[in-house]
Amino acid sequence: MKSDKNMISRLALWMGDDALIIGHRLSEWCGHAPILEEDIALANIALDCLGQANSWLKLAAEYGYPNKTEDDLAFFREAGDFTNLQLLEQPNGDFAKTIVRQFLFDALRILFYEKLFLFADENVAGISGRALKEIKYHFRHSRSWLIRLGDGTPESHMRIIRALEELWEFTNEMFEYDETGARLASLDLIPGTESLKENWYILISSAFREAGIDIPGQDRYFSTGSRNGMHTEYLGHLLAEMQITARSFPGAKW
Amino acid sequence: MVKEPIEIRKEIFNLLSQIPDPEIPVLNIVEMGIVRDAYIVNGKLKVNITPTYSGCPAMKPIEDDIVKLLEESGYQASEVNLVYYPPWTTDWLTHEAKHKLEEYGIAPPQNTDESHDLNYQFTGILCPFCNSADTRLTSVFGSTSCKSLHYCNACQQPFEHFKCS
Repeated sequence: MKSDKNMISRLALWMGDDALIIGHRLSEWCGHAPILEEDIALANIALDCLGQANSWLKLAAEYGYPNKTEDDLAFFREAGDFTNLQLLEQPNGDFAKTIVRQFLFDALRILFYEKLFLFADENVAGISGRALKEIKYHFRHSRSWLIRLGDGTPESHMRIIRALEELWEFTNEMFEYDETGARLASLDLIPGTESLKENWYILISSAFREAGIDIPGQDRYFSTGSRNGMHTEYLGHLLAEMQITARSFPGAKW
Repeated sequence: MVKEPIEIRKEIFNLLSQIPDPEIPVLNIVEMGIVRDAYIVNGKLKVNITPTYSGCPAMKPIEDDIVKLLEESGYQASEVNLVYYPPWTTDWLTHEAKHKLEEYGIAPPQNTDESHDLNYQFTGILCPFCNSADTRLTSVFGSTSCKSLHYCNACQQPFEHFKCS
C-alpha cells in the first residue's frame, strides 16, 4: 500500500511540475499579449494550470513528502529536483512559439487526463476529471490559433514553422518515463509510451495539416531526461523569478 | 435529543445557502454545487466542498466564509475539507440557479457537447437579453474561469456565458 502511495506521489509530482512551469510561463504574457482577448485567454489558461499544479503538488506532498506542503514543493526545490518537461520551460518567444508549445502540450495532456480519470484513487481521478474539461478548452484555443497562423499570412506561416523547428527537439521526452512512470505504464495505469505517441500524432497531425505545416522528422537531436531532473538553462532563470518572494520572506502572507 | 445525520445535513445546507458565490453573487454556494456534504464525527462538524475550476481563486474566500458563518451559528469546531471526487460539473447547477443566472444577464450553460467535443463551435448560444440565437463567440476565456464572452447580433449587446463544464 505504501509503495502505491509513493508511486502516485511521483506521478503527481510530474503532473504538478508540468502544470506549474507552463502556468508560470503563460503568466508572463499577462499585460503583453497582442490583443486584449488573448491577454485574458492566456492568463485564464495560466490560472487553470496553476490550479492544477496546486492540486497535484498537494497530493504529491500528502502521499510522499511528510511535513511538506504544495508551497514547499513549488518554492523550495532546486532546478535538478524538478521533473517538468523541458518543452514547458522554454521561453515564450513570440506569440507563435507560445501557441505551438501550448498546442503540443495540450494534446499530450488530453490523452493523459483521459486515462488518469479512470484511476482507482479518487484524488487522482477527481483532479484529472476536472482538469480534462479545462484542458479541452485550452486545446481548442491553441489548435485554432495554430491553424489561423499557419494558414494565415506568409509572415505568420513562417513564424509557426520557426517555432516548431525550435521546439521539436523537446517533444520526444513526452514519451519517455522514469522508473515509476514505466512501472505505472506496465500496470496500465498511465498511457503506454507507444500508444501515447501514436495517439498524440493523430491529435496533432490533423491540425498541422489544416495549418499547411509539415511535421518535422525524427532525424535530429532530441532532449532527454526531464523526468529525472535534466533541464535547459532556462529553468533556473524561471525558478529564480518564481521563487524569490517565497524564499526572501518565508511564510509571508498577504 | 440527538439529531439524525440527514437533519444535520439539511440544517447545514440551509445555513450555508446564505453564502453567495464571491464571483457570481446572484447564486449561493449550495446552488453552485460547491457544498457536497455535512456530517458530524466525534462531535465535530465536517463540511466537504469541491472546487469548481482547478484554479478558481474564489475557493479560499468560500472556505473562510463557511468557517466564519458556522462559528457565528454556534458550531465551534468545524472543519472544511476540499474533496476532488466526483469532479464538479455545471450539471449540478439547479434549474432555479440557471434561471437566476439568466435574469442576472449571464447565459446559463446550454450544450453539454461544449465540455466534451473537441470540435465544438460555440454557435447559437442564446442571448440572455433578447433570447436570440444569432450570437457569436468573442472569446472562450472571459472575466472568470467559468465564463466565455459573446456578442448578440440581434440586440447588439456583448454578454457572458457560463461555460458548460
